[in-house]
Parts: sequence; C-alpha cells; structure tokens
Amino acid sequence: MKQRPGNRILTGTRIRERRLALSRRQADVAREAGISAAYLNLIEHNRRPVGDHLVLRLAAALDVSAAELAEGREEAQIAALREAAVRLPDDVTPELDQTPELLARFPGWASALIATARRADAHERQLVTLSDRMRQDPYLLTTLHEVLSAVTSVRSTASILAEGGEIPPDWRARFHANLDGDSLRLSTTAQALVAYLDSFEAQDAIFTPQEEVEAWLAAGAPPVDEAADLASDAARALARAHLLRMEEERAALPDEALAAVAAEEADPLRMADRLRQPLDLVMRRLALLKPAGFDAAGLLVCDGSGALTLRRPAPGFPLPRPGDACPLWPLFQSLAAPQTAIAKLVEAPNGRRFRTLSLATRHQPLGTEGPVLTRAQMLILPEEPGSPLRPDLLIGPACRICPRADCAARREPSILLAA
Amino acid sequence: MLDILMIEDEPNIAEAVRFILSREGWQVALHADGAGGIEAIRGAKPRLVILDVMLPHRSGTEILAELRGDQDPSLAATPVLMLTARGHASLSLPQADAVLAKPFANDDLRAMVRRMLN
Repeated sequence: MKQRPGNRILTGTRIRERRLALSRRQADVAREAGISAAYLNLIEHNRRPVGDHLVLRLAAALDVSAAELAEGREEAQIAALREAAVRLPDDVTPELDQTPELLARFPGWASALIATARRADAHERQLVTLSDRMRQDPYLLTTLHEVLSAVTSVRSTASILAEGGEIPPDWRARFHANLDGDSLRLSTTAQALVAYLDSFEAQDAIFTPQEEVEAWLAAGAPPVDEAADLASDAARALARAHLLRMEEERAALPDEALAAVAAEEADPLRMADRLRQPLDLVMRRLALLKPAGFDAAGLLVCDGSGALTLRRPAPGFPLPRPGDACPLWPLFQSLAAPQTAIAKLVEAPNGRRFRTLSLATRHQPLGTEGPVLTRAQMLILPEEPGSPLRPDLLIGPACRICPRADCAARREPSILLAA
Repeated sequence: MLDILMIEDEPNIAEAVRFILSREGWQVALHADGAGGIEAIRGAKPRLVILDVMLPHRSGTEILAELRGDQDPSLAATPVLMLTARGHASLSLPQADAVLAKPFANDDLRAMVRRMLN
C-alpha cells in the first residue's frame, strides 16, 4: 500500500524529523524498534504504513510520545499554510504538495509564514476600513464641500472676467468682490484642512472599539463571530454585551406589546404609563423596534460623564466623530435634571429639524454605599420640512465643524469660519 | 415663460451662473434654499431646472424625486441639470437629465444648457 502525501503530515516524515533532530542513525533506531533499517527507511519516506504497535515502539526509541508521532495534529496549520499560498500573487507557485513536509521539517518557518500571512490579512482589512472611514469622515466631507464650492465660484467668476466681452461696471465690481471673498475662504479652509490632516499623526488608535461596534450596528448587527467590523476583542465583547442587553430589554417589553401601544399613542411618556414600564426602556425599545411613526427614530445614549456610549442617529442628524459632541444637545441638559423628560425641537445647521426627547436615570447597583450611576438617552425623530414651529434650540455636530459663529456654547474655533 | 430656474444656495456661484446664462439670452431666476424649492418650480414652470445637490433644509435629490412624482405630467418631465460636488462616479442620479460636477468650465455649462433647451 502506498500512502500519498496530502493534507496531513505523514507519520513517516515525523519519525524521520524526530530521528534527525536527535542525530541518530537509521540503523540504531530500527534495531531498538525491532525492525530492519531498510524497512524504517521505507516508513520514513511514507512508503509503508505504520501500525499502532510499531508507532509505540518507534516513539519509545525516539523518546517521544506516540501521539506526537501520530497524524492529524497539525491539520489546522496545514490549512493556514494553504490559505496563505492561495493569497500569493499568481507568479509565485509554492510546492503545495510538500506543505506537510515543510511544516514537519521547519515548524518555526512555517509558523512565521502563517503569522505573516495573518498580519497581511489584518492589514488589508484595516486598509479597507480606513478608506471607508476617510470617505465618511464628517470633517473631511464638510471641509471638502467648502473647498469645492469656493473653487466653483472662483473658476466661473474668473472665467467670466477672462473671457472678456461686455461686462457692466457694477457687475465687474461685484465679481471682483466675490473673487476676493472666495479666495479668502479658500485659503482659510485649506489651512484648516492641512491642520486637520496633521492631527492624524498625533492619534494612535484610529479605530476605537466603540467605532467598530457602531459600524457593526450600521451593518445590521450580523452574528458577532462572523462580523468583519468587529476586529478587536474589546469590540466583540462590547457587541455581545449590547446584544444581551437588547435581549433583556426585549423580554421586559416585547415587540407586540410596544407596537400595539405605539399604534394608538404617539407620546412615549403616555406609552410608558399605559405599559407600566419605565420611560427610558420605552425610548430605547422605540428606537430599536421603530414602529409606525418612529421609522426614522435615532437614539443617543451617554453616561454621567457625557461620554456617548451608543450612537444611532436619525438620518440627517449632525453627528461628529466619536468622542466629540455639541454641548447644546438636550441629551446633556437631561443629565442635570434626572427623571424629568425634556422635549425639545432642535434645528441642525443644515436647517433640518428634529423632535428630541431626553431623559436621564440614576441607579446605585452596588447598594447605598455604592456609586450613583447616571445614564441619559435622547430619542431623535425627524420633523417634517416646512414646519411653522420655531425651534427651541439651534444645535450642531461639534464646534469644529459647526458654522454657528456666535454660538454661546462654542469651545473651539470652527474650521468653517474665516479667522 | 421662464427659461431657467436655478436652485443654488451659494450666492457667488448663483451670481456667476446667472450672469453667464443671461448673457446668452436666456431668462434666469434664482432660488437660494432647498426649502420652497419645489414650490418655486411649480410657480415658475421653467423650461429647465438647474439644481444643486447639497442644499440647506432639503437636498436636491429630494426635490428632484418630488418633481418627478408631480401630478402634472408636463411639470414632472421638466429637464433637470444637477450640480454635484462629488463627481459623477460616487453619486448616481438616474432621475436627472444631466449632471455637471463642480467645479465646471463655463463653456461646458453653456453647451449643456443649450443642448437641453433646444
């Protein structure tokens, strides 16, 4: 019977490697195991099968356990090596049929190859997410829009002046003034852009676990173990905790019960009263279930320090990069007045309006001696355009990309405002 | 009848475009906000709408969708030239008749408008 090398490290190869590692001669080992040197030679080259008894004797002669000589232990590593080989460029053709030998003879190099391939893989994923991120970065998008608008105006206006032809003096003066204004705007925005890109160098961890969880939620929360967005252990732990909490809250307030009440009642406070459930639970469940009338609902959750722990904004709601926020969001106001629901109509810099409902709750999970924990949530519902109501609050994304020059809450200059 | 209604919130761009197209002999009106944009189109019934994608209050794509769904079939079929700030590739605007990426050459704008009005 002839064994063919396949996906497994053959016992014969292993025996040979072990013998060579001990610098022992074939004849000596064969004698100890009670077989001829020629037969051992055939075994070592995988031309003869090795029975269980013979493996035991050879293992004893080579001073290892029989299990270590048996086949099948390194199958996962073989698979990893083959995976690494698949990803090689077309003109690189590794000897796939000798993969088992490679692993048996040079386990250290094989591990190095596997580790390198895994790192290349991780880097590739990181690059994809980074470029995704660049395309969605609110600072970059806003700034580039500024640049494009100014450039468009400069180009058209300059062409008009350069093309010649009849231009009335008042128009000519206006175009000159526009050029002056737009070029000033261009230079300040370009400087802000450079400063922003420079600041990238100072930040080590670009992707926080929370950002990974946000991306995972945005992708529809696929199974945690298969989710490409969840690259770090911390993110996977956060995601599992999130799912567990959602499950508990769904058990406390089932979909059907919430949908039934939401069909008859638009006010979350009255819903909570009818359901005899806490308002914060009703708000979180509304944002997740999105029954009729809450289709575009968003939710922000923060802890007592104001750090946002969950960000699922309504479409169009101005959201900055994680770790940044507008201090005027009613969410933060509610921290100072726990257990009181605050309803505010807010207006974003782009003119969109949102009905918000904010509520902070407190609890002491460790008893009277323990710390007081605060959590606030803000339910966000888009307001139909053209609403005659005056907004209660003019909010923004975060100072840095907010155009409201005279805002009382401003804490740093905006890159959108000329210096 | 109004030739062109331009909905654009950047005053300097709007001013330049209005000058360029007026000089070609077309009647151009401006509306500077996404809010009220569809009402302005309904009121003016222009032969061509030049519509910016990024507008305050309401985006150009929303206005375009509402226009295409209008009850008046001739109004719904009004030719629309979209101005986009993101290039053609990343933004698909199947409901627009033509798309012009910012910044544009005045000659391209003139040629496109001439083609759409004739």
